Amino acid sequence: MTAASLKVVYRLPLALAMVILLGLLFALLGDGFWDVVSWLLLAVPLLLLAFFLRRPSPRPGRGEVL
Amino acid sequence: MAQLSAKTVRNWYRLHKWTSLICTALLLMACITGLPLVFQDELDALLEPHVAPAKVEAGATTASLDPMIAQAQARFPALHPFSIGFDDDEPRIFVNMSPSDDPKKGEIRQMIFDAHTGKLLEVPKDGFDLTSFLLQLHSEIFLGLPGELTMGVMALTFVLSLVSGALVYGPFMRRLEFGTYRRNGAKRTRWFDLHNLLGIVTLAWALVVGATGVMNALSTPLFGLWRAQTLPKILAPYHGKPVPTHFRSVDESVKQVSAALPEMEVTAVVFPNSVFSSPRHYLVWAKGKTPVTSRLETPTLVDVENGAVTMSGGLPWYLRILELSRPLHFGDYGGLPLKIIWGLFDTALIVVLVSGLYLWLSKRKSPIERELNHLVERELLQQAGTV
Repeated sequence: MTAASLKVVYRLPLALAMVILLGLLFALLGDGFWDVVSWLLLAVPLLLLAFFLRRPSPRPGRGEVL
Repeated sequence: MAQLSAKTVRNWYRLHKWTSLICTALLLMACITGLPLVFQDELDALLEPHVAPAKVEAGATTASLDPMIAQAQARFPALHPFSIGFDDDEPRIFVNMSPSDDPKKGEIRQMIFDAHTGKLLEVPKDGFDLTSFLLQLHSEIFLGLPGELTMGVMALTFVLSLVSGALVYGPFMRRLEFGTYRRNGAKRTRWFDLHNLLGIVTLAWALVVGATGVMNALSTPLFGLWRAQTLPKILAPYHGKPVPTHFRSVDESVKQVSAALPEMEVTAVVFPNSVFSSPRHYLVWAKGKTPVTSRLETPTLVDVENGAVTMSGGLPWYLRILELSRPLHFGDYGGLPLKIIWGLFDTALIVVLVSGLYLWLSKRKSPIERELNHLVERELLQQAGTV
């Protein structure tokens, strides 16, 4: 993989940050329905983590140099 | 985005390393004690079952407060009434008795009454309380105000470490895909990936909890500031008058405040107090009824002698921010699912801390730093060559 521009590297993290902030806000601003919206939004980063941690490594041992 | 110089990245990396090292130990403690504290209500219900209030129909009238206070005074003649609290979840009223205006931990004695029938429910025993113990450790490491301020500085350092961590994330991830986790890689590689992945995904949550942690740690000085700003003006007309000894009815005072603030409900009454409140007033706290306004409490002072409502109005902006910081720090504002989410984010943060510590301990002069040093040298040489 060639070096990506920083804009590309930060695209997903920024999107996730927005999802989290909206999730935190919705539960604060409303009850009932908005709580559910908040849970769903906040579940996104957690499910994403579960996905990345469980997915098999595509090319084992690659990129050992840090 | 402009090209970053290796020197800039190295500075961010150093900032990340040092801020993290400063706060890791206490932060780890805060994360571990914070995990059960997220479920404080559930734990309390489980560990310390309390006498349930009587079941009543909706709209039942509230019992009178004055007899409760008289009963508490008779039970604890050596103490004086300190405050009254209205339970959020159940129709219960807490009457707190104290030996002084500035009670130490464990000196307050409580009596709990049924809010509808007015009957005494129980007098909690003065025993070990796990969640209060954890909260004291979490918020002040058993050191009182100095401990609170220390935790505040830690939280601030944590925020700096998050920001600098996010800044170094970009340059380090340019050759790696988002979400890279080389589970079959070397141990260090695995921990490095775990640190980056968990850190960047939970970043916004951690920033919010860190920043609200700073605010919560400042609550004592902020309330002190507010008191110092408002109280002298309110007490000025009383100058030279003796301190009141006879207090008027609490019920009447609460009724007055309720009438003045029809959109709100009373949550607590603080008795005249020269440390936390006014020595001449009942301090009546009331909150709104919508999700947001229920987090914003409004204080009203009622003269204990003539019942004049001396001050009514909102709090200054810094206390409003403090009030909103509480739910956003505790995660107790969106039901049990939100608490579970809070717990999972907190667990992820613990892994970020431990992996960061591992990365630092495993190789003091880590390859990352050596690499950066090379890059900086090369950059300097290049600059020298072009001049």
